[in-house]
Amino acid sequence: MSVSDLFDPTPTATAQDDALRARLVAAAERDGVLDIVYRTIDSPFGALLLAATPAGLVRVAFAVEIHDAVLARLAVDVSPRILNVPQRLDLAARQLDEYFTGARRAFEIDIDLQLVRGFRRTVLNHLRDIGYGTTESYSQVAAAAGSPAAVRAVGTACATNPLPLVVPCHRVVRSDGTFGQYLGGAETKRALLEMEAAM
Amino acid sequence: MRPFEEILAEHGDVVMRVCRALLGTVDADDAWAETFVSAMRAYPNLRPDSNVRGWLATIAHRKAIDVMRARTRAPHPMADVPERISLDRAGDGPLERDDELRAALQALPPKQRGAVVYRYLADMPYAHVAAELEISEAAARRNAADGIANLRAHYSKGPSR
Repeated sequence: MSVSDLFDPTPTATAQDDALRARLVAAAERDGVLDIVYRTIDSPFGALLLAATPAGLVRVAFAVEIHDAVLARLAVDVSPRILNVPQRLDLAARQLDEYFTGARRAFEIDIDLQLVRGFRRTVLNHLRDIGYGTTESYSQVAAAAGSPAAVRAVGTACATNPLPLVVPCHRVVRSDGTFGQYLGGAETKRALLEMEAAM
Repeated sequence: MRPFEEILAEHGDVVMRVCRALLGTVDADDAWAETFVSAMRAYPNLRPDSNVRGWLATIAHRKAIDVMRARTRAPHPMADVPERISLDRAGDGPLERDDELRAALQALPPKQRGAVVYRYLADMPYAHVAAELEISEAAARRNAADGIANLRAHYSKGPSR
């Protein structure tokens, strides 16, 4: 008899076992050691990664950002105590679905802007006031954020927005009326603005 | 530092193997979850060069021992482990066989049990087994060999699958 006959074969896919995972998540939350939960959802613009801390949604990422790389970055910037817990993001997932179908014009979810500091944060807070279906130019946003000369910095703030869609950086366009760049791709920005205008 | 989800996906199975070898199914599930909760607590401070599987196997082993000790203290402890497992009794199905192996593994002297768990269940090299048990590599090999020999002695006339 060989040694391997003594023991059961290694169980497989325990990490995919829903009941086991639920037990782990419950115990981790009980002990306060779960810092970030995440899931992915399908969207008209490809798979989206959603990640949240106990304070709220901390990251939304288009597939072009490479979700594994985004999670690795969160592990460094926030905490490596990260688990895939889809049901914890049901509310955000549902509201994004509603947004994509045109049924929702504003998000009602807690957000966590800890990844953004200083002027960029001021900019993002202002973006949240730009209503559905409307746009502002980069220079208008710079003025509203208190630094009229900081047009380029507004561009940077939009380009590094950790919460695209929910913090609507797609509603910031060039002064000449063209759409300008978008971290989800210029075509995505055009589609979002056309969708909002049509609703 | 990698997201903990990757650690779970990579090592979830081996942790369960350790837990199941030492505990029944229900207790093993609980020990598995508690192992990863303990690991998550310590994870941000884990040294980058650490052997993650060995680290997790050690936590799982300790959790399983905690559960075993809690049982021993309970008013109706598990039946004492027999000197030799009875062999020819009726109903020797896989479940009984697993229970008997678990009992035999639990009954091993601690260093033998540790050596068997780390070497044969967690598949750790002897250098790591020795480090976990704080003994020499030669002693780790001896304890693993003695532990397996003891388990086989309990099993030599057992039903084959």
